[in-house]
Amino acid sequence: MTGRFSWFNATSVALGFAFLYIPILILIIFSFNESKLVTVWGGFSTKWYGELLQNEAYLNAAWVTLRIAFVTATVATALGTIAAMMLVRSGRFRGRTLFTGMVYAPLVMPEVITGLSLLLLFISIGMDRGMLTITLAHITFCMCFASVVISSRLVTFDSSLEEAAEDLGASPLDAFLSVTLPNILPAIAAAWLLTFTLSLDDFVIASFTSGPGATTLPMKIYSSVRLGVTPEVNALSTILIGLVATGVIVASLIGKRAERITEAT
Amino acid sequence: MVNDVNFRPWEDPEAAPLIDIANVTKRFGAFTAIHDLSLKIYPREFFAILGPSGCGKTTLMRMLGGFDEPTSGSINLEGEDLTGTSPAKRPVNMMFQSYALFPHLTVQDNIAFGLKREKMPKGEIAERVEQMLGLVQLQDFAARKPHQLSGGQRQRVALARALAKRPKLLLLDEPLGALDKKLREATQFELMGIQEQLGCTFVIVTHDQEEAMTVSSRIAVMKQGEIAQVAPPEQIYEAPASRYVADFIGDVNIIEGHVSAGGESRMSLSWREGEPELVVETGIGLPRGETAWLSLRPEKVSIATTRPETDNALQGKVLDIAYLGNVSTYHVELANGQVVKAQETNAGRSGNRGITWDDQVWVGWSAEAGVVLTS
Repeated sequence: MTGRFSWFNATSVALGFAFLYIPILILIIFSFNESKLVTVWGGFSTKWYGELLQNEAYLNAAWVTLRIAFVTATVATALGTIAAMMLVRSGRFRGRTLFTGMVYAPLVMPEVITGLSLLLLFISIGMDRGMLTITLAHITFCMCFASVVISSRLVTFDSSLEEAAEDLGASPLDAFLSVTLPNILPAIAAAWLLTFTLSLDDFVIASFTSGPGATTLPMKIYSSVRLGVTPEVNALSTILIGLVATGVIVASLIGKRAERITEAT
Repeated sequence: MVNDVNFRPWEDPEAAPLIDIANVTKRFGAFTAIHDLSLKIYPREFFAILGPSGCGKTTLMRMLGGFDEPTSGSINLEGEDLTGTSPAKRPVNMMFQSYALFPHLTVQDNIAFGLKREKMPKGEIAERVEQMLGLVQLQDFAARKPHQLSGGQRQRVALARALAKRPKLLLLDEPLGALDKKLREATQFELMGIQEQLGCTFVIVTHDQEEAMTVSSRIAVMKQGEIAQVAPPEQIYEAPASRYVADFIGDVNIIEGHVSAGGESRMSLSWREGEPELVVETGIGLPRGETAWLSLRPEKVSIATTRPETDNALQGKVLDIAYLGNVSTYHVELANGQVVKAQETNAGRSGNRGITWDDQVWVGWSAEAGVVLTS
């Protein structure tokens, strides 16, 4: 593609971005609103961020969300790595297509269905709903994202590197730890950040699988908004947007960098 | 000791082979990659395995390295069965076609990788790495990462890394395939020098016949999972065992005929009615009437405008002339449509012999020039 600039292209892009980001921009602007009325501009202020830090309920929800996201990202990335190794390295085995399909299915599964089915599962095995069930549910749907990210890196990773390591006296485990892992680390980091943000901003699945005492931030925001949008919620949402955006940007930068190094060798 | 004409352990029945491949068969599902192959490789040999892609040469090498196990048969190293021994435990190292350098490690850490797994003391590792870097002339690049090196330098690092553990056998999988022609030729001689210096046994897998001819003490030509011939380069070239080998190595004219008059050393080959029979000097006696093929290298065929005083002389028409600088190859079509290639060295600066397209010419060769093949 030649990068020819045309007014038509520029306008399309501008309109597209406007459609996507103006609502978010408005939210961010109003989080710095002095006035208590959400839709009336009363001058610049950061007081709602200050109020937010005093709000016990929001802080609790944030703490719950971060803990869930941390555990989810860690476990999902580990499982995703194993699944990716299996998909990329083991060649053809019986049921490979089925296995691949099953790993990737949650990517396109409606969240409502994932949430509902998990809820039914937890009820049927008599599991008390709370942080643990939310975490388990998040691991389930985050794992496939992790394995997509990691397997795309593994595909371009020359498997003779592992053979070379074994040829030089390394055990298969040693070869994985000292050769494969350092080389797919950027992808693993990217997968961790991606699953962390996915877990952080999930509302649907969390609301299906949560129980008393385990309210995540998106759930908290949703329930407060039902009583009316407050500037506090705007401030909280802005922080959340910041976190998620940072996670996604860092993840993609790590991926880009790793790609460049792979291309150079 | 490739250059030593007396280095011929394969002719000595007393010599103990380093590698003894005995009746090895390797199947992948229904596909037989290697069929009942036996081969002995002797210490300090530079052994080439040559064949077209898909002939099983890479599979054979991977079995030596331990990355694949034979379906049946055994591979012995100094009399010990290697079957079931993991690549890590074999005194065999491999230089991979892709070089397989560890991108996250520096050149010196790449070379030290195997030594660290051997639990070699730190001081000795540093010493050995230094020595290996000297061997491949990369002392100034020790701290670089692989992606900061050129293709030729990466090839050297791969070689140094594979040699660092002082393996009894070094496997080289198409080691020079990624280099350009000039660099490849220079590196071939370097490889030979390094091999002589270390006295290690090298097995090289290649599809490049020139490379195999240049570096090796013996060549095994493979065909569909079997060995077509094992012999030193000059023997492979001058005395091929079959049409397949003759055709695979270099350029060749193959003339089919029947034995018309047999003899222990000289025989006649009738190849077309009404044409004079070909006289061939052979070491083998063949029964009359048997089909045989005369294999004739183009450089042993001369071309002239008048009938030459050679044992064999045939008339034909010039079909094509290929001027290659150092030599010119003439494609001469005989009366029956068979094309014979004749090659002349351009000793003078003018390649012009007064012969041009569609000229009637004579091609001639002596009785000793060709080899009679029966398969």
